[in-house]
Amino acid sequence: MSEQVQENTQATAKPSGLAKWTRRGFISAGALAGGGLIIGVALRRGDRRDQVADLVSEEGDTLLSMWVKIDEAGKITAIVPHSEMGQGAQTVLTQMLADEMDANWADVSFVEAPAEDEYANGPLGKGYLLAGAEIPAALMATVDGAMHQAAKALVQQITGGSLSIRATGVAGMRVAGAAAREMMIKAAAGTWQVPESELTTANSTVMHKASNRAASYAELASAAAKFEPSNKPSLKDPEQFTLMGTDLPRHDIPSKVTGEAMFGMDAQVPGMHYAAIRQAPVFGAKVKSFDATKAKAQPGVTHVVDLGDAVAVVATGYWTAERAANAVDIKWTATENDTVNSESIRQQFRADLAQAQADGTSSADVEAGDVSGAFAAAAQVIEATYEVPFLAHSCMEPMNATARFANGQCEVWTGTQNPLGARYEIAAALEMDPADVALHQHFMGGGFGRRAMHDASIQAARIAKDTGVPVKLIWSRAEDIQHDFYRPSVASQFRAAIGSDGQVLAWDNIYSEKHEPVEAPVIPYDVAAQHIHYTNSSTHVPFGAWRSVDHSQHGFFTEAFFDEVAEAAGKDPYLLRRELLANKPRHRKLLDLAAEKAGWNQPVAEGHGRGISLQESFGTLVAQVVEVRVDQGNVSVDRVVLAVDPGFAVSPDGLAAQMESGVIYGLSAAMYGEINIEAGRVAQNAFDNYPAVRMQDAPLIETHIVNSGEAWGGAGEPGTPGIAPALANAIYQATGTRVRQLPVSRYDFNYRVNEPEELI
Amino acid sequence: MITFRINGAERSLDVDPTMPLLWAIRENLGMTGTKFGCGQAQCGACTVHLNGAAIRSCVTPVAAAQGAEVTTIEGLASAEGELHPLQQAWIDEQAPQCGYCQSGQIMSAAALLATNPNPDDAAIDAAMSGNICRCGMYQRIRKSIKRAAGAEAVVGVFDPQAVTEEVKHV
Ligand code: FES
Ligand code: FES
Repeated sequence: MSEQVQENTQATAKPSGLAKWTRRGFISAGALAGGGLIIGVALRRGDRRDQVADLVSEEGDTLLSMWVKIDEAGKITAIVPHSEMGQGAQTVLTQMLADEMDANWADVSFVEAPAEDEYANGPLGKGYLLAGAEIPAALMATVDGAMHQAAKALVQQITGGSLSIRATGVAGMRVAGAAAREMMIKAAAGTWQVPESELTTANSTVMHKASNRAASYAELASAAAKFEPSNKPSLKDPEQFTLMGTDLPRHDIPSKVTGEAMFGMDAQVPGMHYAAIRQAPVFGAKVKSFDATKAKAQPGVTHVVDLGDAVAVVATGYWTAERAANAVDIKWTATENDTVNSESIRQQFRADLAQAQADGTSSADVEAGDVSGAFAAAAQVIEATYEVPFLAHSCMEPMNATARFANGQCEVWTGTQNPLGARYEIAAALEMDPADVALHQHFMGGGFGRRAMHDASIQAARIAKDTGVPVKLIWSRAEDIQHDFYRPSVASQFRAAIGSDGQVLAWDNIYSEKHEPVEAPVIPYDVAAQHIHYTNSSTHVPFGAWRSVDHSQHGFFTEAFFDEVAEAAGKDPYLLRRELLANKPRHRKLLDLAAEKAGWNQPVAEGHGRGISLQESFGTLVAQVVEVRVDQGNVSVDRVVLAVDPGFAVSPDGLAAQMESGVIYGLSAAMYGEINIEAGRVAQNAFDNYPAVRMQDAPLIETHIVNSGEAWGGAGEPGTPGIAPALANAIYQATGTRVRQLPVSRYDFNYRVNEPEELI
Repeated sequence: MITFRINGAERSLDVDPTMPLLWAIRENLGMTGTKFGCGQAQCGACTVHLNGAAIRSCVTPVAAAQGAEVTTIEGLASAEGELHPLQQAWIDEQAPQCGYCQSGQIMSAAALLATNPNPDDAAIDAAMSGNICRCGMYQRIRKSIKRAAGAEAVVGVFDPQAVTEEVKHV
């Protein structure tokens, strides 16, 4: 294993000479690694079945490739290297494999790949974060940085980045399915002594029409397994798909309506105790001292554990532990961040942005055309500052993990977006050999990026080791909200130059804080002069990937400011977008569809507003039109018309579900989501001060799908970034107030104001 | 000792009477379909029926169940294992995403339909707004409730065959 890592690290650390970041570029970069990344991960060069056989197959199973096995009765099992958090990835990936294999869907099921190195997908994932995106040359340094991370991420098994379909599905499951089908054909051709070209497949059967012979995959399996799976089997054209593009019921749903689905929270280990935790309220603080006398005196409390930056109370029941944790008197060390608050952070961003402007020390994402010339020649210059707060993920299932430590071995039961990464991190934290750590994966009650982090699993493992009893650690809702890895608070300043004829001459944007995807602040519009740049302005608040990551802020910033530009140019915001997308027919077509379905031309009633946005993220385009009503200062979102072009929708209903979910998640944040820092710590601690959209607030969401045939994109994240700007644009129409800060709940729409920032 | 009937079976527990019913169900009785989301009556994940009414078990002391009838998601299907019309509707509409909120959603909806067999949107809003779904599946949950309500209106006891038959005859 370590050999593999090193090979790949070397090969991927400097993908020099890569001018254009394309999927092919990535594959060839990967192929250099001798074992390769894409190939190496999807179907590693060389036959890896021996290495994985013990991990995934049982008596009587034939392993066709490391991604698919078939048993004597003809039951076909896909081995899916992604976790289920309700996005339906496991069903969809199985669907992709089964289609290419020409398997009968009734014969097909799946298992989640074990948390083993052979099933790592890290590099695959990272690479595809960028694949297909048109990235300005100025971004290439950042891309190289990401490549380096990709190499480091080899021992990851990530579900995130909206990657399941577009990376694992396209490069892994389809290839594996097609390769398995070819192996079946080879086996039949050999047995019947007929040319492969005369054989056809359907419904888990190979047929030879001329001689009227047929053999099931089950019969052919052992002969087929003697062939090596091809890395480059021929894949179907979309017209040949029988399963892809159809709605198949998700496998995970029935158990989720009967209470049988096992989430991490539901893990049962004989003899286990329960732990509650109190973590340092200021990030970075440590336990100075604590008095647990009162806690220990409570019946049922068995242990109190000092974790260095947290104190855990272990008891025979969770409620007992949680109550006792309240009785522990903990003193925390002072830190340099004890006086930091949201306002000081905001001032810091403004100062750092001003400094970077003055010194010219910002880093450029995009530099195109003659920006200063354009501003000098402009008939009109508009400026605005946009800001977003920190956001917590607030998964429905609070963070939790169950751990047992015995005989030098550690077992952890949890729901994680990265089971393999969890194993390695737990091992590192406990200074153990990863081989002695086992990870039992469960369903996740929400992930959204939060469950790519392993803090609770490590805590549970440490508590189990320290106490010697199996422990289920459950975070309270307050701990969950106050100890997240947050979508950063970000400030973004814009200037636009507009000509006397209403032409958009220049777009100048500087913002604080940059993560991934690198192209998030890039606009799709044809503006000749552009300067998009950033400066880092870090805080002590931990960063985390939050559904759509940097798109979650830049989608809002760029698409809301665009409407200000349209107004200054004297143009309809939809029509100006159209005009500046003349060279992007795919984008334009989707925008037109959303506008048409939403009735953009229809008049808007007094007190109502309609707003539009367009966002490209994770390889998928989404256009949204939002309708709001503002009544006595209360904003209600009535309807969202959404058009989505993922290239090809493998599961149309699943895609629609992801769009609905993404919109509501983004809407919760846009309407009410803010994590404020007070005295270095998070102020919010419950659903009443960190609210989510509820049934009564949920808009009707209409999803229209376009299969453009372009490279397949993701589904989990692209629905999220476009709702906030469309909402802000709709509110402007309804009220005349520009929403330049989120959440919307900060504004009082009973008053019509020009500069809302000054009022807050 | 606190004694109550849960999903038709009588159970006695020797626990602190002030402990929330949620933990008695999950930990002492080992029935994990009922979920913990907040412990503060703010999310609805822990919803169960106490004598037919939807309650938040995370803030209801187990003592309140003394002598009562408790129903959890595990007890919603018929004794023969036939799914409740809501459970079937949830599958038909592919309503769950992560699924963590759905036990609570279904229990809230079941209490609604028991008193209002044909709820309109306002009634659904009123009954369901105590249940958060962070995956945002509200539209599907609403449709599922309406689908199940329709099914119950056609036949008293849900039978997919019968529904199809009835519809055909109409
Ligand atoms: S856990 Fe009871 S309402 Fe949230
Ligand atoms: S389905 Fe995930 S919270 Fe509702």
